[in-house]
Amino acid sequence: MMLVICAVIVWAAGWWMNVRLANGRYANQRWVQLLVPAIFGATLLLIWELLVRGLQVPLVILPAPSLIAARFGESLDLLWADFVQTILKGALGGYLIGCGAAFVMAILVDRSDFLRRGLLPVGNFVAALPIVGTAPILVMWFGFDWQSKAAVVVVMVFFPMLVNTVAGLRETSVLQRDLMQTYAASYGQSFLKLRLPAALPFIFNGLKISTTLALIGAIVAEFFGSPTVGMGFRISTSVGQLALDMVWAEIVVAALAGSLFYGLVALIEKRSTFWHPSQRG
Amino acid sequence: MKSLLAVLTVLSVIIGLWYAACVPMNIKGVLDQAERGGEVVEPATPKARRDASAIGLIVKNTFVISRSWSVERPRLPAPHQVLDELWGTTVEKKITSKRSLIYHGQVTLSATLLGFAIGTGLGILLAVGIVHSKVMDMSVMPWAIVSQTIPIIALAPMIIVVLYSIGVQGILPKAIIAAYLSFFPVVVGMVKGLRSPDGMQLDLLRTYHASTNQGFWKLRLPSSLPYLFASLKIAIAASLVGAIVGELPTGAVAGFGARLLAGSYYGQTVQIWSALFAAAILAALLVFILGLLERLILKRMGV
Repeated sequence: MMLVICAVIVWAAGWWMNVRLANGRYANQRWVQLLVPAIFGATLLLIWELLVRGLQVPLVILPAPSLIAARFGESLDLLWADFVQTILKGALGGYLIGCGAAFVMAILVDRSDFLRRGLLPVGNFVAALPIVGTAPILVMWFGFDWQSKAAVVVVMVFFPMLVNTVAGLRETSVLQRDLMQTYAASYGQSFLKLRLPAALPFIFNGLKISTTLALIGAIVAEFFGSPTVGMGFRISTSVGQLALDMVWAEIVVAALAGSLFYGLVALIEKRSTFWHPSQRG
Repeated sequence: MKSLLAVLTVLSVIIGLWYAACVPMNIKGVLDQAERGGEVVEPATPKARRDASAIGLIVKNTFVISRSWSVERPRLPAPHQVLDELWGTTVEKKITSKRSLIYHGQVTLSATLLGFAIGTGLGILLAVGIVHSKVMDMSVMPWAIVSQTIPIIALAPMIIVVLYSIGVQGILPKAIIAAYLSFFPVVVGMVKGLRSPDGMQLDLLRTYHASTNQGFWKLRLPSSLPYLFASLKIAIAASLVGAIVGELPTGAVAGFGARLLAGSYYGQTVQIWSALFAAAILAALLVFILGLLERLILKRMGV
């Protein structure tokens, strides 16, 4: 009971601190804007820990954060092997192939008005479909190892990337293209110097959407069959053994990998589209 | 009109490619069957065929090409086989039958809709809170954005097992996963929408001496609707994916996810493809209905 009361106090204290910070004098400064969510997150973790201990929640329902951290520290080797299998081989491999293929396809499609009219509605339609469902088929075709996971990822990221890139390549105005023509620029020149840079914000948008899709595809595909390594495999078998601390450790890995992957793409975007209004802030 | 022609062309090219792909994908199975049926195939033994390339096999055995579109358990079923199965399991089966896709569809659909309703409701509430409270905005919003980059679907099997262990089963666990997936798009879109009135409009309301409440109902909420509908369309598609994935890890007996899983266990490819198409049609239908609703409501509002 003591611990539950502690949790309430921690919640009140964290909230009070955030109220002071958010309505205070320094609310618009960068460090406060980072500190407030950090306090919020830490408060949640603390309350979680206190409540789980105070109410004696069984391990099979919700393990305490400290237990998850301990499990994470103990099984670093295992988690790393899963990370390499699912993220580096499956998700990243498929991501590179899928986005690359979609990019090349978009350039080809862009050259023909007819193709673009036909493919864009189809692409938009397919991008909204539950494509994860193709996982059992692709696992059947490409075997249990990471190749089938990469294939699922390719299918998942292809259409969002294609639609975004095609939309981006349309971004230049007639005036700008006419200017390039008056310079007697070839297709390649006007593509590299005008249309590709103008398309970059859209391309990065597609790349960012695809990062999450890639991880989802790689993990879900492992539910349909995998070698005895990989995050999806570990999650489904650990759930079966009711080893929820292991499941949570995998989720931590997935969360870290997802944010890191996304952050990396966002960083590259910031570097290469520094001229765009959305980046100048 | 021109676009319609283009779309139809692209679709027919895709279907043509599909039929073409069926031949190399299914050729080995077809040849095995033909050999068992006593026909002369080249090369004669399954072992020799296993190492041969699909193209080479087709060139040597052109007479089996048409058969690769009607194999019993193909690696890649032809489009008409999938359509046939779809027709057979939706129109010709009774809805109460366990093999009717409509039956499985309504199981998944009910979880999707329940989850969508929960997720959207909570999402809108949180967005209202975020817009009106600076503390909530600063504490919760960064986490809402970060959580978009996390493959939340990894949580699905755990949520189901945990809820099962405390005695909750049936539609609710799936609905919770669906709600979880639809929650964040709605929050992010709705916050953007509620903030979309510009300073001039807000100032005008202030000159009218409008309360925060009036400002919310008369300005912020109406102007957020276009944003809300855009995210609702994403959310309903995400809900459907969540409901389907929610059916995978527990070995559910009903629903599209269960059909996919059963199909992959027993090698029933036609069943997998038909479940996949049924899910796609359902997703398209749901998005279409939302789009219709959006047009109707926005038209009445005069946007």
